[in-house]
Amino acid sequence: MKTIEEINERIGKGEAVVVTAEEILDIVKEKGAKKTAQLVDVVTTATFGPMCSSGIYFNIGHPKPRIKLGGGKVTLNKVSCYPGFAASDLFLGASSLPEEDPRNQIYPGEFRYGGGHLIQELVEGKDLILEATTYDTDCYPRKYLKTYINIKDLNEAVLFNLRNCYQNYNVAVNASSHVIYTYMGVLKPNLGNANYSTCGKLNPLLNDPYYKTIGIGTKIFLAGTCGFVAWWGTQHNPCVERTEKGIPKFPAGTLALIGNLKEMSSHWLRGVSIYGYGVSLSVGVGIPIPILNEEILSYVCVDENEMFSPVVDYSSAYPQGKEEILGFVSYAELKSGRIKIANKEVPTGCLSSIKKAREIANILKNWIKEGKFLLSKPVAPLPSADSGYRFKPLKERKVEND
Amino acid sequence: MTKRRVVLHFPKELVDKPIVYRLVKDFGLEFNILKAEVNPKEEGVLVLEIRGNEEEFLKGMEFLEDTGVKVQPLSQDVSMDKDKCVDCGVCIPLCPTQALVRDEASFKVEFIKERCIACGICVSGCPYKAMSIKF
Repeated sequence: MKTIEEINERIGKGEAVVVTAEEILDIVKEKGAKKTAQLVDVVTTATFGPMCSSGIYFNIGHPKPRIKLGGGKVTLNKVSCYPGFAASDLFLGASSLPEEDPRNQIYPGEFRYGGGHLIQELVEGKDLILEATTYDTDCYPRKYLKTYINIKDLNEAVLFNLRNCYQNYNVAVNASSHVIYTYMGVLKPNLGNANYSTCGKLNPLLNDPYYKTIGIGTKIFLAGTCGFVAWWGTQHNPCVERTEKGIPKFPAGTLALIGNLKEMSSHWLRGVSIYGYGVSLSVGVGIPIPILNEEILSYVCVDENEMFSPVVDYSSAYPQGKEEILGFVSYAELKSGRIKIANKEVPTGCLSSIKKAREIANILKNWIKEGKFLLSKPVAPLPSADSGYRFKPLKERKVEND
Repeated sequence: MTKRRVVLHFPKELVDKPIVYRLVKDFGLEFNILKAEVNPKEEGVLVLEIRGNEEEFLKGMEFLEDTGVKVQPLSQDVSMDKDKCVDCGVCIPLCPTQALVRDEASFKVEFIKERCIACGICVSGCPYKAMSIKF
């Protein structure tokens, strides 16, 4: 048994034993659970992949004379921003598009530029053109503003992920006879390929399946700097079916993350163009798991052949919102490059970068080893498997007199 | 000796005619089929790697064009921008010739240019715009 305070004391002295979620497997095989739980202080986990529910909010400062952006219309490099706040706060979502983008009118659309790319450029220090039209008031007399903005001049710039770090996710296939273009990538007909999107063994929430150490307030690596878990993510769904070892067999927990955009690096924040679908943002995240006891250790020691993902047909079941699956495959199979579905060998593709996730897990490991990153104790837990908390579909209701 | 890669477009009316064998018979050229999309009554596409005498190669291509086949050099101008690539590997199952592969240990994605037939599917399939094509 260890406490976070004890682990932090060891980190402070530069004595902490820190390994990645991949490295722990060999250690536990060699030394056994009891010794490993005493020896290892922290296990680092990570993920890097597209997450459309990412965005930034920022404050541009007040021009002279003043202008009230709230209630007006604002674009940044022609991409729409959300100005529905006070005079100079804006929100920009990763999937926002320029008004003139043809979307999927010329199918499949290319989606070459949007919110995700804009966030990457802002972080890279590029000047962006802000254009605003609004109404005037006695205290905010201006109706129009066009100016360059730069991240270094913004008052605050904050990355806010409404949802990230999905604990497990679907494997997407296409059982139809034509190519389809989805947020899980280009899917070839007749089960031509199978795309998945988690970093498997490194996936943060798969290493802490019941959220016993990760909670609100947990300090994390977020796109190159320290960020925090702000809340549970949208669509958090902890009560799905689980394996004996507690690993969810379906998409389950999610996290909402927050951090200072000004300190982030475009190495870990990349704009993404998903052919025929839209734009998004890939975000690099790393989460430390304190090995407080043997139970916590047992969770980080689950192997990839004990983690399963549901295979979902994105030509019919997914778009129609049906809960049908074509079966389960293990992460070990997915990562081998080939899986078997209905007796057919199907090559797999991954949307997350396991290589980048490994880099993040190692960076976080080194930060902790060098005493630069202390662990935080969650201030409140996330709803877990016994909470009854569920992700519900929309109940459509007919609007009267419409 | 010359070794070239070409893309041959067969109009509908030529798809069921024996043409390509003449490259061997009349011009002494060897070829390897890299990709073929041939359907009855539809336009056909054949990507060949052709080896042989330079002069005979040119004559052979002239023969093909005379019969109505459109010949396009497959300049190997698909390239990967390593700064943009994040090594996710979503391109790997899309590539019809295994020109995109992943190192099993490091999970690094590699582009093997020699295997590429410039079909371009990776260019649209890459979310990070790391693959580009120039003819």
